[in-house]
Amino acid sequence: MTTLAIQMTGIDKRFAAVQANRGASLEVAKGEIHALMGENGAGKSTLVKILAGLQPPDAGQFFVDGREVTGWTTPQALTAGVAMVHQHFMLVPTLTVAENVVLGREPTHGLRLDRQAAVQAVRDLCQSSGLQVDPNRLVADLSVGEAQRVEILKVLYRGAQVLLLDEPTAVLSPPEVAELWGVLRRLQQGGATIVLISHKLDEVMAISQRVTVMRQGQTVQVLDTAQTTAAELARAMVGRDVDLDVQRPENQAGKPLLRVTQLQVQGSRGQPALLGLDLTIHAGEILGIAGVEGNGQSELLDALAGLRPYQGSIKLADQELATLSLSQRTQAGLAHVPEDRHQRALILDYSVADNLILGKLAEFSRRGVLDQRAIAAHAAELIAEYDIRPTDPQVPVRGLSGGNQQKVVLARELSRSFKVLLAAQPTRGVDVGAIEFIHARLRQARAQGKGVLLVSSELREILTLSDRIAVLYRGRIVAMLPRAQASESVLGAYMTGAAQAVTHG
Amino acid sequence: MMLLLFLWQTLRIAAPYLLAAAGGVVAERAGVVSLTLESFLLSGAFGAVAASHWGQSAWIGVLGGLGAGLFFGALHALATVRFKADQIVSGVALNLLAVGLTRFLLQMGFDSSSNSPRVPGFEGLGHPLLWLGLLIMPVLAWTLAHTRYGLRLRAVGEHPQAAESLGISVAKVRWVAVLASGGLAGLGGAFLSLDQHQFTDQMSAGRGFIALAAVISGRWQPMRAGVACLLFAAAETLQIQLQAAAAIPTQFLAMIPYALTLIAVAGVVGRSRPPAALGRA
Ligand SMILES: Nc1ncnc2c1ncn2[C@@H]1O[C@H](COP(=O)(O)OP(=O)(O)OP(=O)(O)O)[C@@H](O)[C@H]1O
Ligand SMILES: [Mg+2]
Repeated sequence: MTTLAIQMTGIDKRFAAVQANRGASLEVAKGEIHALMGENGAGKSTLVKILAGLQPPDAGQFFVDGREVTGWTTPQALTAGVAMVHQHFMLVPTLTVAENVVLGREPTHGLRLDRQAAVQAVRDLCQSSGLQVDPNRLVADLSVGEAQRVEILKVLYRGAQVLLLDEPTAVLSPPEVAELWGVLRRLQQGGATIVLISHKLDEVMAISQRVTVMRQGQTVQVLDTAQTTAAELARAMVGRDVDLDVQRPENQAGKPLLRVTQLQVQGSRGQPALLGLDLTIHAGEILGIAGVEGNGQSELLDALAGLRPYQGSIKLADQELATLSLSQRTQAGLAHVPEDRHQRALILDYSVADNLILGKLAEFSRRGVLDQRAIAAHAAELIAEYDIRPTDPQVPVRGLSGGNQQKVVLARELSRSFKVLLAAQPTRGVDVGAIEFIHARLRQARAQGKGVLLVSSELREILTLSDRIAVLYRGRIVAMLPRAQASESVLGAYMTGAAQAVTHG
Repeated sequence: MMLLLFLWQTLRIAAPYLLAAAGGVVAERAGVVSLTLESFLLSGAFGAVAASHWGQSAWIGVLGGLGAGLFFGALHALATVRFKADQIVSGVALNLLAVGLTRFLLQMGFDSSSNSPRVPGFEGLGHPLLWLGLLIMPVLAWTLAHTRYGLRLRAVGEHPQAAESLGISVAKVRWVAVLASGGLAGLGGAFLSLDQHQFTDQMSAGRGFIALAAVISGRWQPMRAGVACLLFAAAETLQIQLQAAAAIPTQFLAMIPYALTLIAVAGVVGRSRPPAALGRA
């Protein structure tokens, strides 16, 4: 038998009312890429955080390389070569890439921090891993893809032999995912052991050797990837069949709802990000925006949502939005699921119930006093409908798992009375069961004659949902295709600039 | 001559501001609110006089001021870092405690409700803490930018979870920062009382808050905060000299430094962004 790099048994972990792990186990062979899957809130993040020494377990034992290390601390885990890439970035925005990478294990020259050595170390790591980032840039200025690279460089800098990656691909575009796979395979060849948490079935099928499935805090199944299928995995996770490729009934698009003309927007560093963009969303239509991240998607969403100044015109049902405040936009019929849920969509220390009424306060107050009963009823209804766990409306959102936080945002926005929904990465970090549900809700909105702008780094998602697909490349729409003429390869060609601008339909 | 006098008086007023503001920068950059500077100054002033009186030496007085500041720093760290109490509440409570405690000890030790007897102190430019005050901001700027501890301190003030996930003990970094803050501001207090060779009741007189205003209008950067301290001190000097010369009501003139502080903090100096984790446990 091969030696086990990781062996965890009988792990219990409780957070107030929530039992996050109950007798969970995990066994990973040395040199293996092992996937950890399960529904939102199943306890995956909690289990690997325990392994990384970030949280002590309430009960249970674990071993790394055959040595019992139960109850160790983060510094001990790091010294032993166990390091984690977190679901939510753990980077200090005001420091440079190099400073973030060496933090906690800084090269010094006497009293002085040896910046040059730090920068050189990052350059060397970039060279050997194939991940490109400028070590001298400020982390605040990086795109999410670049930030993810820094997270991985941090782990490599510590010479980790056991890597725990918590949904590393959730924020990456397809080429970035491919790049990450390359890095992981190279590490595996070098003898590293990798635990990868992911909700994406095709990724797990492509990269892992074995899969552990968790449900409600317990380990329910361990499968050999070679002997299973994506459908079987989905069933193991949610306990029923899941079909993500439902073909949509043909839809007759109605009158124009949102009309964008000659939109020009600057990026956060003052560079031109959108160079005169024209776009129309019709009633009863889902318009997908495909593109490699950083080609203007964020700026487009920000401008539409009123979070960034722009030139040009944006009209919602013939009403010019330029002079409207955020709440007036909401009133005019705009709903928004932003890309970055922590920054823009949630107040982490507020309860689920309070987060669910943000931007709807008028409906839930009488003469300036909040109607607590109505708020509780509203929360109970949405928690049940969107299967948000735990079901207690009073827990702060900070204590929710990543996927459940996303469900809170979706529940709030989709339950508004909107005309047009801006949906950015709507299924980021949610499990397959929830993806199926969210897709159904987006289609329902379309059937009700609403318009949806869907921005997603998942081409599959864009292809299954959209009626028309626009490809953004370097701040311009280089192709506008009806669904029937789009495919992953066609879109891919436009996304990378390989194919030239065309517009059909 | 006028100018030299003006400069000298400005420096003398600025020294305690500089030392206290340096303490403020250190604590706030680590994410701990520095409303406590006032208590550090006051206890430092008293500690310096008590020690100087006891040892009959101004240098022992310096140690006394440092010790008293460290003691109050330790109380603040205990409350906020160890027990995660609200940083603002702890700050206000310590400020009140310092007033009461120094008044009590003044009565007990020196049998007076207003001031201590004359103790050994320093004269004019021979005051070592004056020079420390002038040097502290550049030294602090270098430490924050170029040392391991400085880097860790900045990380802890911006994103404590990230620092923790890299094996850095946030609690340890903050303990050191709050202690350093207490020690530095305590020395600021020692400057005050050793300069005047005595302690008087409530002699810090709001200087801790002016120092904090300098930290904020200096955008939490040592050199900028230092410049703000010097500007506030210059305004105060001007006010004192105008009082002697002009026919403007003194009450109005006395207001100038504070009004200036208010304007600076209100953002005329430019929008500023505090350390992201400031005030959060
Ligand atoms: N710090 C915390 N405080 C309170 N509850 C927590 C905390 N961390 C996790 N939980 C709870 O424990 C449960 C498991 O959470 P965990 O983050 O491990 O789920 P997960 O499997 O990673 O889910 P996801 O796929 O959505 O990321 C959830 O119900 C969550 O609400
Ligand atoms: Mg998780």
